[in-house]
Amino acid sequence: MSFINYASREINCKIVYYGPGLCGKTTNLQFIYQKTSPEAKGKMISLATETERTLFFDFLPLALGEIRGFKTRFHLYTVPGQVFYDASRKLILKGVDGVIFVADAQEERLDANIESMENLKTNLEEQGYDLDKLPFVIQYNKSDLPNVTPRAELTSLLNPNNVPEYDACATTGEGVFETLKAVAKQILMELKKGGTGG
Amino acid sequence: MAAQSSTFVMYDEELRKINLVSEKLLRESNSKVIFLVDKNGQLITSIGETEHLDTTSLASLTAGNIAATGGLAKLIGEKEFSILFHEGEKDNIHISIVGGRVILVVIFDQRSSLGLVRLRVKKASDDYGQIFEDLATKSEIENQSGAPSAFAEITDDDIDNLFS
Repeated sequence: MSFINYASREINCKIVYYGPGLCGKTTNLQFIYQKTSPEAKGKMISLATETERTLFFDFLPLALGEIRGFKTRFHLYTVPGQVFYDASRKLILKGVDGVIFVADAQEERLDANIESMENLKTNLEEQGYDLDKLPFVIQYNKSDLPNVTPRAELTSLLNPNNVPEYDACATTGEGVFETLKAVAKQILMELKKGGTGG
Repeated sequence: MAAQSSTFVMYDEELRKINLVSEKLLRESNSKVIFLVDKNGQLITSIGETEHLDTTSLASLTAGNIAATGGLAKLIGEKEFSILFHEGEKDNIHISIVGGRVILVVIFDQRSSLGLVRLRVKKASDDYGQIFEDLATKSEIENQSGAPSAFAEITDDDIDNLFS
């Protein structure tokens, strides 16, 4: 649910990075953080365990510039990917405006991707959302590795609705901004369609 | 579907009213900072000694905190925990939910006390609640009036420019 502040002329939107454990959600945010100019970003917050696994969420506020006289602010969140943190994952999805599903393209993570995608749908439904109606893009991360599932297979298993999809390597940043841009674009288009409230 | 199509809107007039209530609360509770956050972590407004505070991060973490304790509440059969209090060596944070969907955060030090803050927050909550209720009604009316959205003219180029 976006927040339009006419008083400060700001649009605030929430984007959630979802996906199985160790797929690279946090790495996506870290890359965006590194490559964004200091005036456009806030502090990146990571609530992580001692072994740097996301415990609750990562948070990165981004100010992208003005659109029609309104400052656009995107709040990027990641969920904890590990299966047993499901209760926390549900909380992060509250008020989401757009979802980026980060899949791990490696063969051995195929089942984990499918399970996480099902989990995303279930958790969104619990909050009253329908994934088919939300701004949504898929990123196939780690596409540079040798042992990846063929792209056609990934698409047929994870992307039956043909939402925008991108190959990525989050450590080098390939595909990271393309993915973010694609979902931000969908969110702003929703705003255009919906007006102030619908 | 209501949950995903509703947008939270804030107007000048309501923001002014909210800030008046906040200023009164700040004064009467002898606190340092007051801010209001949407349950999704968006900062609505902040007043007081905010110069050295990362209010964006505070807003996000506060909402996460409320969400987590809300999850805990449900697990033990409570609707929510409407008040949270964190005590530090110097500064303390009092967090409460007003009007069902907005989080009120009060930061105070030894110049005030938990009792005073609780008392004043309770009084201010009704005022905030009324304003947010009026705000919801107002945006509902605006929405149904079918007036063209301020964003109806966004173009692909506008969006592309954001990323250039």
